[in-house]
Amino acid sequence: MALLDVKNLSITFGGLHAVDDFNLSVEKGQLYGLIGPNGAGKTTVFNLLTGVYKPTSGKILLDGNDITGHKSAEINRDGIARTFQNIRLFHQLSVVDNVKAALHGSFGYSTFEAMFHVGRYASTEKELREKALSILRVFGLDTVSEILSSNLPYGQQRKLEIARAMATGPKLLLLDEPAAGMNPNETAELMETISLIRDRFDMTILLIEHDMKLVSGICEAVTVLNFGKVLSEGNTKEVLSDPEVIRAYLGDDE
Amino acid sequence: MMSFFTSLVNGLSLGSIYAIIALGYTMVYGIAKMLNFAHGDFIMVGCYIIFVFSSGLGLPPVLAILLAVVLCTVLGVTTERIAYRPLRNAASPLAVLITAIGVSYFLENMALLIFGADTKSFTSVVPWSGLSLFNGELMIQGITIITIGISLLILAVLQLFVHKTKEGQAMLAVSQDRGAAMLMGIDVNKTITLTFAIGSALAAVAGALLASAYPSLTPYTGAMPGIKAFVAAVLGGIGSIPGAMIGGLVLGIIEILSRTYISSQLADAIVFGILVVVLIVRPAGILGKNIQEKV
Amino acid sequence: MMKNRFNISKNSAGRMTTYIIVIAAWAILEIMLHTGLMSSHMEGLLVPMTYYAIVAVGLNLCVGILGELSLGHAGFMCVGAFSGAIFSMLTVGKMPDGLRYVLALVIGVLISAIAGFLIGIPVLRLNGDYLAIVTLAFGEIIKNIINALYLGVDSKGLHLSFESLTALNLEPDGQILINGAMGVTGTPHDSNFTIAVILLLLSLVIVQNFIDSMDGRAVMSIRDNRIAAESIGIPVTKYKMLAFTISAAIAGMAGVIFSHNIATLQSTSQYFGYNVSIMILVYVVLGGIGSIRGSVIAAAILYLLPELLRGLNKYRMLIYSIVLIAVMIINWAPGAIEKRTVFFDRIRKGIKNGAA
Repeated sequence: MALLDVKNLSITFGGLHAVDDFNLSVEKGQLYGLIGPNGAGKTTVFNLLTGVYKPTSGKILLDGNDITGHKSAEINRDGIARTFQNIRLFHQLSVVDNVKAALHGSFGYSTFEAMFHVGRYASTEKELREKALSILRVFGLDTVSEILSSNLPYGQQRKLEIARAMATGPKLLLLDEPAAGMNPNETAELMETISLIRDRFDMTILLIEHDMKLVSGICEAVTVLNFGKVLSEGNTKEVLSDPEVIRAYLGDDE
Repeated sequence: MMSFFTSLVNGLSLGSIYAIIALGYTMVYGIAKMLNFAHGDFIMVGCYIIFVFSSGLGLPPVLAILLAVVLCTVLGVTTERIAYRPLRNAASPLAVLITAIGVSYFLENMALLIFGADTKSFTSVVPWSGLSLFNGELMIQGITIITIGISLLILAVLQLFVHKTKEGQAMLAVSQDRGAAMLMGIDVNKTITLTFAIGSALAAVAGALLASAYPSLTPYTGAMPGIKAFVAAVLGGIGSIPGAMIGGLVLGIIEILSRTYISSQLADAIVFGILVVVLIVRPAGILGKNIQEKV
Repeated sequence: MMKNRFNISKNSAGRMTTYIIVIAAWAILEIMLHTGLMSSHMEGLLVPMTYYAIVAVGLNLCVGILGELSLGHAGFMCVGAFSGAIFSMLTVGKMPDGLRYVLALVIGVLISAIAGFLIGIPVLRLNGDYLAIVTLAFGEIIKNIINALYLGVDSKGLHLSFESLTALNLEPDGQILINGAMGVTGTPHDSNFTIAVILLLLSLVIVQNFIDSMDGRAVMSIRDNRIAAESIGIPVTKYKMLAFTISAAIAGMAGVIFSHNIATLQSTSQYFGYNVSIMILVYVVLGGIGSIRGSVIAAAILYLLPELLRGLNKYRMLIYSIVLIAVMIINWAPGAIEKRTVFFDRIRKGIKNGAA
């Protein structure tokens, strides 16, 4: 059974079929690409998967559980974490606090303990910090843990966003254009990081990307979206050589 | 029954005044994206100017109002230039809000210094005593009729201005997307200045009508009507010109009816309660558009 | 690089500094008080200064940490003031004064927390300036309702009316608690400077600790990016409500101090109108949005400033307003910040060159 199973997902915005009868099946441990020209509805699919939008029709199954219509926060607890096309960090919090905030679900003490720093506060905070730093270490961000996240260079901000998403312990990680705005060196480094996450945490990853080098380099399978509809899907190499896919891309500004 | 109509007419009149102030508020808010807390005090300044020229120097009321409009416009534009514009791109939107509060304190205390805290009695700028209908059972004061008429006139002129002139179109553009408007070659500074000019001129007109209907004048005369007009603007949907008109009228009528039939002490609570209820049902106001953040 | 304008005292060292500043200020003022160095006018300002500092701390939790602009905190203060005062009126003489004051505080805090919670439900669904104007509306509603309220108690229990004292139909030996616009008279004068400072320290402990906790981080993540906070599983509504409720409760605590420091407690604009909320907001913004210590210092200085300018009599509020505008422009205007940076750079270079 697939980890993520999307069946006939559709959403309309005032008559516009932004996503139309979208189907997707991602196996556990797979690195899957979602590609397509600008405005094809890729980010809308992510927003549907993560509960930012409610689908007009269709079903989303995660690990066999129906999560259709769940709210964003709930969906994260169901096991999907994501990053955003336009980076959304907690910019007034330090790097480590960004990750600590994401560990919110797995640690706990009462508000009373929070207000007076008593009881489980000290031990939990210590544990929390260690856990956060260990996650940051994977991404090479442990050396900048105390810096304000908005002061990080762009490439590291992208990484921190992935680290934050990983901290919630997801089954499925959604990356929305992780290489956007990166130079070739940064992109190469990012590709390594993504592969590393998949191997080390046995993570299932679905990503949106325009950088075809990245997609063909690390994705095992892709789905091509055009005008809200699935144009093609399957093995990355085969799909990318599909003449219809090439036409869709060349016919576009991208 | 006739007393109900009297209240209704009085409510319309007060509502029209709120509407005129709210029109200024909503334009400034929609275009400059700032809550001008001193807007109510512009009204007070307008009242004192008319008071000085009309009661003090004996000028004809129309001339006094004209002078007030001109001086308030100058005041509004100057305030924007000196106090608000430097903070337009500040890191926190609270910066310009606090500055507006400072301007409000400044104007109130300036008036306090010049005119003192005692109440000045304002002579109505409308000499017409009004209409007597149904054998004198329903009296409609001249000021009431004039107020309602003027507010409708202002609404019509503003709608025409915004939708039919180049400057008005520029205002719409700036209110929707300041950055894009700038890229399209619209002079944002000029547009915002013009908005403040119109808003302040309207405040002066509102002042003349307010003080004629409620002829006691203190340095704090404008504060509460200012707040209520903002409530009216929010009620109608901030940024919407017809919304401000509807919001103002609704607010004025509810306020007067509550005063007459429920309790004069609770009238303000009821007015604010209506705002709360409307925003719970329609978070963007009656005619406002709900804008969602793009993800 | 953007400089961080929001100094959040994060570690315990930062928190300690705040407590030390407050305690030192208290000690100095107490010494002045007992050695007769302080005018009786100034003496009367100490308790108000402290309860406004407490409200500022609470409001900063809402404005700086939660990131929601409230213009209605005077309303929560009002709820705390009246509920605490009524409790004291009912129980005075029936229990030790100390215990009664503590219970009055607990009741005032609880009831204003409930008010904050109930008002938070509709208000926190709104955004930005809409939220601000609705909190202002709620503040005015609370003030006006209490101002119109008559409340009395006799052997049959509580009597309530919005019309008049006689409409209460109290028994001859009944006790008037709230006499409409005349308010509450005869609340025991229990508050003093030391108690107020202890409560200020308590509110500082709560808010500063809260910020440096999982709950606080959740609240700040919502402030920084609501959508991202949801994406990592943070229940946004719950934490917004929590922060708002604590903030209201702290304002309510200040209200209890207020009502036990004044002979006649009236629900007027002077004490609980939106102007008071705005005055406290000014403390928060000038002290630094998100800086709890800054709120306390700004509240103390700005509360005393107009009073200390009393010598200038008629001009004091005018001067205050000009100072306020000038400080805002100098501190926040991007143009002014740039000029300042250039100016200081030049001085620094000048010093270097001079030394070389």
